[in-house]
Amino acid sequence: MTGIDREALAARIARDIPEGAYVNLGIGAPTLIANYLPDDLEIILHTENGMLGMGPKPEAGRIDPDLINAGKQPVTELPGAAYFHHADSFGMMRGGHLDVCVLGAFQVSERGDLANWHTGAPDAIPAVGGAMDLAIGAKDVYVMTDLVTRDGTAKIVAECTYPVTGVRCVSRIYTDLAVFDVTPDGLAVTDVFGDTTLDELRTITGLTLLDRTP
Amino acid sequence: MISKVSPGIQDAVAGIEDGSTVMIGGFGRAGQPVELIDALIEQGATGLTVVNNNAGNGDTGIAALIGAGRVRKVVCSFPRQVDSHVFDAKYRAGEIELELVPQGNLAERIRAAGSGIGAFYTPTGVGTLVAEGKETRTIDGREYLLEYPLRADYALVSAFKADRWGNLIYRKTARNFGPLMAAAAATTIVQVDEVVELGALDPEAVVTPGIFVNRVVAVGERPWLHDGEFVGTEKVA
Repeated sequence: MTGIDREALAARIARDIPEGAYVNLGIGAPTLIANYLPDDLEIILHTENGMLGMGPKPEAGRIDPDLINAGKQPVTELPGAAYFHHADSFGMMRGGHLDVCVLGAFQVSERGDLANWHTGAPDAIPAVGGAMDLAIGAKDVYVMTDLVTRDGTAKIVAECTYPVTGVRCVSRIYTDLAVFDVTPDGLAVTDVFGDTTLDELRTITGLTLLDRTP
Repeated sequence: MISKVSPGIQDAVAGIEDGSTVMIGGFGRAGQPVELIDALIEQGATGLTVVNNNAGNGDTGIAALIGAGRVRKVVCSFPRQVDSHVFDAKYRAGEIELELVPQGNLAERIRAAGSGIGAFYTPTGVGTLVAEGKETRTIDGREYLLEYPLRADYALVSAFKADRWGNLIYRKTARNFGPLMAAAAATTIVQVDEVVELGALDPEAVVTPGIFVNRVVAVGERPWLHDGEFVGTEKVA
């Protein structure tokens, strides 16, 4: 069973984001997607610390410590950018103004519950940031993740065992092996990568998966 | 004549009492009022509750305040970071209390305090650990949590420029919590690069009107600007 690597997955997700979309790319792997958004399309990136129209990282020596993204990395502003305070920024999420948000995950349930903020380990210092707002805010919440953890357990599950970030909030899950849509009828496979088969995906997840591949 | 301008930074932080709740602006290091925090450390107030998005970065600013043992409790959304070792050690030693609030709820609770809202229903956190013990209500088929305002005795904010009435403009993503905290504290203390003449700020561009500001102190131009022009730097901090 072969899938695609993280860069190829980022490129695959980028192809599904339409011109004109307001998009928030979560900290970690989802930030790679920005590298694959076509230059000839106007797609507006939101960063929850208070900016729309975020551009790529600056050239050496041109870092502006007043201009950072949610991961606290230096970024730039594109023509048409706008700055705003935190209440406006999170209002854009909760108010349903953001079109797409792409987040990483520890687990996603077949109903679209997301766990991505806390492992529940007793010695962990909990930190949530904007994850819960993003999870319930955007019109479409996409998850970008490997289907299986390093120790071989599936991250798409019947019920999340980690503390959830949001309930029934994920609309699509992009993994290294396949793409899954959360539908009222259950989880549907819409695309498989490499030589992966539906039966293999059913074995890995232990879930009944609908076949909606082309 | 109104002048909210403090002659020096110690005058700006004068009177902050032990046990105060102090909102501190900034997201990570962007917009963190480091000079005011240094002055607060020197001033000596202790047993503080600090409200910020984070719990300090590196060994300066909020991290230094925590490191000096002045902070009893932190209210924030994201304490754990690669460079939050000062907070992490105090937390693991049981020497500091943490109230974790999702970032948007934190912003909205601060906004609610500043604008006289008694409480509000938010969808963020429904069905999660942060909802435990909170009142919920279904409105138009969607479930919400009841969240209460978060107010402070003092707010320490970093802005870009002010006039003597306390009107403020900010710079880029350093704005973050500044306008919200300025309105939510009984006494709002602002550090700026420069205090300009009354009338020099474009009224259309003022972000925080002076009514929300009590004290202003000029701390000099940030190192990545030169005569108001961006010149850049090699690293974020």
